[in-house]
Amino acid sequence: MSLSVKHLLGIKELDKTDIETIFRTADNFKQVLQRPIKKVPALRDTTIANIFFENSTRTRISFELAEKRLSADTINFSASGSSVSKGETLIDTVNNILAMKMDMVVMRHSASGAPWFLANHIDASIINAGDGTNEHPTQGLLDAFSMREKLGDLKGKKVAIIGDIMHSRVALSNIFCLTKLGAEVMVAGPPTLIPKHIESLGVKVEYDVKKALQWCEVANVLRIQLERQNKPLFSTLREYSLYYGIDKKMLDSINREIIIMHPGPINRGIELASDAADSSQSIILDQVQNGVAIRMAVIYLLSGKRESVE
Amino acid sequence: MKKLLDNQQLDITLRRLAHELIENHLDFSETVIIGLQPRGILLSDRLIALLKSITQNEDLLYGKLDFTFYRDDVHQNADMQVPSQTDIPFSVEGKKVVLIDDVLHTGRTVRAALDALLGFGRPKNVELLVLVDRHYSRELPIQADYIGMTVDTIISQKVKVNWKEKDKKDEVLLID
Repeated sequence: MSLSVKHLLGIKELDKTDIETIFRTADNFKQVLQRPIKKVPALRDTTIANIFFENSTRTRISFELAEKRLSADTINFSASGSSVSKGETLIDTVNNILAMKMDMVVMRHSASGAPWFLANHIDASIINAGDGTNEHPTQGLLDAFSMREKLGDLKGKKVAIIGDIMHSRVALSNIFCLTKLGAEVMVAGPPTLIPKHIESLGVKVEYDVKKALQWCEVANVLRIQLERQNKPLFSTLREYSLYYGIDKKMLDSINREIIIMHPGPINRGIELASDAADSSQSIILDQVQNGVAIRMAVIYLLSGKRESVE
Repeated sequence: MKKLLDNQQLDITLRRLAHELIENHLDFSETVIIGLQPRGILLSDRLIALLKSITQNEDLLYGKLDFTFYRDDVHQNADMQVPSQTDIPFSVEGKKVVLIDDVLHTGRTVRAALDALLGFGRPKNVELLVLVDRHYSRELPIQADYIGMTVDTIISQKVKVNWKEKDKKDEVLLID
């Protein structure tokens, strides 16, 4: 059993069977992570380069941990203080690293489409750890995996994605993954943060967060991406949190217990209040744990697609 | 194709193996039984049922182990194997472990299973029970402690164990 793709560039390229294979494999890796020895030797013949052109702590640590748990060797490269600041091109940077015999590349880049560009120029398998405002496929997978853990089969389940949809690659990956699994998806937030024509992806649109919470079974709350906005899209953070922030009082006013998720890092008090983030309805820490298992599954399943060496 | 054991002979062999286990492990208070995924489970399920009915001991500790991630041929094919479930709901620390698989051939499966098992703790000792021992075809120094039957085979042949639950009848076949 294998994936239908050589790289994990986006959820767009995956089919439902691929997603289910990844989930079944991740179930096994999640079990490995509970054992006294949390390591398996499966990838001890593999070397993986983590090439992060954009800042990241949690995603990079999660990938590195996943690789180490598979017994792979890892090399970390971050753009600041490297040859990139001397003007080296993307292809040159990666080819120089690959000349040292790396089998796989995990890349995060600020330009949407960078992994696709790279895939056309190098032989190694590529895993997209986030490209601009396009996709963050492992996050989309781990979010759907976490929902499946709580709700079972996602077909027909109602998921609301709330916040800065326009600048969020997490939102897009979530939308693609959930719609492929048959869930009903709604995006909610201020009109300035919801792209026009997003309904063409098969999602509902709602501008009133309370109504979105009343409709859904799971709310995936996104961070306000201040670093990505070059024009003022709402008046102040305080106004955003008053009209679109979620707190425990709002959650209690709905007649059901919905599940609260957030990809992190949380702007406490802005999109999500502490009493909601730390409540028993929140599975934010489960998401982090599932992230390692999902990344182990993706790396493991893609590691077979190599030209044999000899 | 040759039938090595028909359903009656297989039943007699299973009963004999169950009694051999009881002879060595008595009340099973220090012993746990672990079936190897995927096909060893069908044998171990049957043996556990037999052991429970003979000893009337409902507290037998029984687990299932998948060792896909420990195989030595992980990257031989372009396809990666998706593992089956591992379920070991007890500690193996200090216990006598009986590993159960249907056919012992090169021994590589058992080597991988031992590595996977040691990831759970340090057993007191490990024994191996197999239904069919393919004599003289070992590639690693591994042997079984309880053997259903021994067969001389060549590499091109395959030993297939069929079970009522999955394959409609109980039998052991030698296929060319």
